[in-house]
Amino acid sequence: MTSRDTILAAVRANQPAPVPSVSAIPMFETTSQSLLERFQETLVRMGGKIAPALDGGDLDGLLRGLFPAARVIVSATPEVRGTRSLDESTSPATLADVDVGVVRAAFGVAETGSVWLSENELKVNALAYLAQHLVVLLDPARIVGNLHQAYRDARFKTARYAVLVTGPSATADIEGVLIHGAQGVRSLTVAMIAP
Amino acid sequence: MKPVDHAEASSHFIEAKEHLEFHDRRLWDLRLKRDREAYGIPEWEELRNLASAIKEHTLSHLADYLEEFEAQATRNGAHVHWARDASEHNQIVYDILAAHGAKTLVKSKSMLTEECDMRPFLETRGVEVIETDLGERIQQLDDEPPSHIVVPAVHKLRSDVSEVFARKIGSEPGSNDVHYLAEAMRQNARPYFLRAEAGMTGANFAIAETGSLVVCTNEGNADLSANVPKLHIACVGIEKIIPKIEHLGVFIRLLSRSALGSPITQYTSHFRAPRPGSELHIVLTDNGRSQRLGMKDFWHSLKCIRCGACMNTCPVYRRSGGLSYGATYSGPIGIIIDPAFDIRKYSHLPYASTLNGSCSNVCPVKINIHEQIYKWRQIMAERNQLPLVKKEAIRIIGKVMSEPRLYRAAISATGLAFEHLPRFAIYNWLNAWGRQREVPAPPKQSFRSWYLENRRRQ
Repeated sequence: MTSRDTILAAVRANQPAPVPSVSAIPMFETTSQSLLERFQETLVRMGGKIAPALDGGDLDGLLRGLFPAARVIVSATPEVRGTRSLDESTSPATLADVDVGVVRAAFGVAETGSVWLSENELKVNALAYLAQHLVVLLDPARIVGNLHQAYRDARFKTARYAVLVTGPSATADIEGVLIHGAQGVRSLTVAMIAP
Repeated sequence: MKPVDHAEASSHFIEAKEHLEFHDRRLWDLRLKRDREAYGIPEWEELRNLASAIKEHTLSHLADYLEEFEAQATRNGAHVHWARDASEHNQIVYDILAAHGAKTLVKSKSMLTEECDMRPFLETRGVEVIETDLGERIQQLDDEPPSHIVVPAVHKLRSDVSEVFARKIGSEPGSNDVHYLAEAMRQNARPYFLRAEAGMTGANFAIAETGSLVVCTNEGNADLSANVPKLHIACVGIEKIIPKIEHLGVFIRLLSRSALGSPITQYTSHFRAPRPGSELHIVLTDNGRSQRLGMKDFWHSLKCIRCGACMNTCPVYRRSGGLSYGATYSGPIGIIIDPAFDIRKYSHLPYASTLNGSCSNVCPVKINIHEQIYKWRQIMAERNQLPLVKKEAIRIIGKVMSEPRLYRAAISATGLAFEHLPRFAIYNWLNAWGRQREVPAPPKQSFRSWYLENRRRQ
């Protein structure tokens, strides 16, 4: 018998008496706070930043203002040119010298301050981790209330890779001291801009 | 094999006073943060009920869901492997690496690979294994297992980390700045991510409906491990399955709030299919889980989502440290899991508890942890696994309690003894309750003599 069959047979033999399944998961809609306000509040709590409003300027100008010393800017969205192009065939390790990565999120989650990204948004998934800093464009009209609503999004079933990114990479593994910029990006800035 | 002596091991932990106080405070702080998050969500208790019900349903239909997961993952282009035990798990991982000529493996945290003792197995076969979670890396470099399932190096102070890093990765000796130490880790780990041929993650959840794996981390190391090399190996215990994507809403809302007191981890990553040109291998591992599923009193422990809340709240864990349990899993959850792996080796662990029930109260999936601890004690007694001193004490207490005359004599003698005996007769090695604490003053009168005087006459 293969290991697979051995394990499945043992599981079948030992399973407890059937417990009925849970019917539908409620949506738990509670707060009256605006979604945008709640999103921004939680994002900041999680170490993220909110970009200043564009005020008629362009995105490239906004990025230069935020990261004046940046040499390599790589964007996964056509809305920003960047200093070097990116496509699906770019080898992940070549992104090691990227100062700023830019991507447009599919949507945000107010409860947690998260943005939703997949390979369709990122082109190369590693962009969100190897860059020193990440700037995420988010349409303020595309913010859902909580995680129950987020998980209703059908793209979870089609994306090869989907990630809820919440603020920059962080660690508190030494004496509980919070550090932003663990192994992934050092900072994450969300720009509230409709496409 | 000699049983792990938790009390003896804890005594060494307790000797380091500064460490002990920090450990206690840090973990209690996590508990308080967890409380604030839990109180912030009106439906918290409903979420716990749902999480528990989803897990119980899944575990009682686990074989079907495992088959569904396998079918979906395979359809997505992943390779699914099955490992009955630790050695088969390790061999499968090695064979995958060898087939790809992979010599360097960057990995994120996985309690399953700790359980399987995978690192030494791979290292003796020429594979360099790099832990990329900061706490786990500290423990790897110091040649110690993780002492906590969420914060692996929580028993160490910054000076300890500084010493390990100076010795092993060339950071400046004596530099105790936490930011500097974290940066030293970042600079050390980065080149490994770029050159490793393979990356490894565990999984917090495996979704039967879609064949996806869900990994919850904060440092970005899991996503680097899985998204930079062309080979991603995921090691998954068979109890990690949940049926549907929509169930994730319940678990993700509970997990990081219970673990760290944050609404979500910085990264909640869903791996459904390999990137084009890359491979995803999933090693579904049993290692005693199917057997535990058949244990009437203990199968509920398989609901565990490894948040560590029971450890943070446990007064014994906070004051004895994870390493003193001598097992992969420590704290209350460890006490109920470890004896199922080795009943003799872990026969003393069920006594590392005050049975106060706090662990069960904070558990996000409502495992009856303290009741299981009590049940393990009964089993240890039945199987004759009690330490001699406990066995004798319980035999005498049993006799005294069953005979009112003896009981009364003993009570009045104890009162007298505490009043009149010199300190050395009370605070000595025979009386474990007199160590590190003052024994409470005995009441002036027993309840029975009070009752006889005051109520009987009425």
